[in-house]
Amino acid sequence: MRIFRLGPRFRSFVVRQSRWDWVAIGISVALLLGCVLAPVALGAIGSQGGTTPVSLPWWFWPLALFVVTFAMGVVAVLGGVGGGVLYVPIISGFFPFHLDFVRGAGLLVALSGALAAGPGLLKANLADLRLAIPVALIASSFAIVGAMVGLALPTNIVQIALGTTIIGICILMFSAKKSVHPEVPHADRLSSTLRIYGVYHEPSSGHTVNWKIHRTPAGMALFVLIGLMAGLFGLGAGWANVPVLNLLMGAPLKISVATSKFLLSITDASAAWIYMNQGCVIPMIVAPSIMGIMLGSLTGVRLLRVAKPQAVRWVVIVMLAFAGIRAVSKGLGY
Amino acid sequence: MNDASQPGLSREDRTQSPPAMPLVETCIEQLRYARVLEKGMLLGLAVLFLSFLLYVLGILEPFIPLHEIADYWSVDVHTYLDRAGVQGGWSWVGLLGYGDFLNFVGITVLAGTTILCYLAIVPILWRSHDRIYLALVIVEVIVLSVAASGILGTGGH
Repeated sequence: MRIFRLGPRFRSFVVRQSRWDWVAIGISVALLLGCVLAPVALGAIGSQGGTTPVSLPWWFWPLALFVVTFAMGVVAVLGGVGGGVLYVPIISGFFPFHLDFVRGAGLLVALSGALAAGPGLLKANLADLRLAIPVALIASSFAIVGAMVGLALPTNIVQIALGTTIIGICILMFSAKKSVHPEVPHADRLSSTLRIYGVYHEPSSGHTVNWKIHRTPAGMALFVLIGLMAGLFGLGAGWANVPVLNLLMGAPLKISVATSKFLLSITDASAAWIYMNQGCVIPMIVAPSIMGIMLGSLTGVRLLRVAKPQAVRWVVIVMLAFAGIRAVSKGLGY
Repeated sequence: MNDASQPGLSREDRTQSPPAMPLVETCIEQLRYARVLEKGMLLGLAVLFLSFLLYVLGILEPFIPLHEIADYWSVDVHTYLDRAGVQGGWSWVGLLGYGDFLNFVGITVLAGTTILCYLAIVPILWRSHDRIYLALVIVEVIVLSVAASGILGTGGH
């Protein structure tokens, strides 16, 4: 295929993508376009709290939810983001469900993903239980507080705060560095007392990697904020866990990502209970979401073996930015 | 990566790196946690999937008719509970005969698996005299149980 009048970098990008890379990019862009066009087409924008102007069968929105969360599951794996951080902003922005139910479902979706991934990560010694237990206690306790505060606040305030947070997450995803093997000269006293250190086998190099952490008190203090935000917004907290564990506390990137994923099963469980007890769980929203995202994640993992499209992460950032702006505008009444 | 067979070993004793095939042993409490987590997750997903099928296929009558469900999900939770005549908390247990509320069994299994995982590792931590982590685990069980109980407030009237 001849490409006319395109810059050399873009030509290079196009040529480098495999067929499966284009499949992955296509799914991501379709998800983005679907989020933008569907509500406009159906007149669902501004229908929060009212009836949609188009008469739809009862199964339409649950089916749409299943399809969208399936795409989200694929995109989340390929883009290296959690499904939880995509779910609440996209579903609350572009579906007619109230934010209360979306947050409850979002926590259960993130929880389910963590429960599915946790056993394998623990058995492989990539998620570390000793690292997770103390930070999980802090995060889960404050997730409860966040959930109670979030349910007490007016919805428009939560929408604005959610949108602002999502835009902040986009900036973080765009600018945050990662350190595969951070330099940790000495373990600090707290981590030594708690015996938080370990070993894992790195397949790429064939070496066994010994790791330890530092700045443990500062890291644990940040998990207060992480827990609060997870409970308040119903988001998975992976976007925050990984930078704290990796960049601040010095855990290797693989350990940080795996432990973060596992941590969600504890942090989100505590907040999910609050939302459940408050009545914020509607099975017709929760069940298709969990099934969709789990199937999508399985598909994404298979696709990841044959495609590694760097572009998907950029599409995710754009999608989240759009969803964040949408949440702010909804909160402001537009 | 193999199962560590002897409890109470230090991490240094458990870690070995022979040159040909590095062997990294995972501590037994971590393996126990993983096994319970896996079983709970599979059970919860299976129950949720089956109960959802019973619900959407109309095999079990729902408390809120399917064609009316869209009238409830767009309002805030307090309005939803008032309109539906539903209480929050564990009141769904009394509505298990309805297709929609039967789904709460699977959801509860998924949300409650973590508590079971923590309880499963308590004996291991006790035997290895790991007092700090035993205390942390017990406190976490208390935190999760309080959240699950509804003591911190339920929706409804």
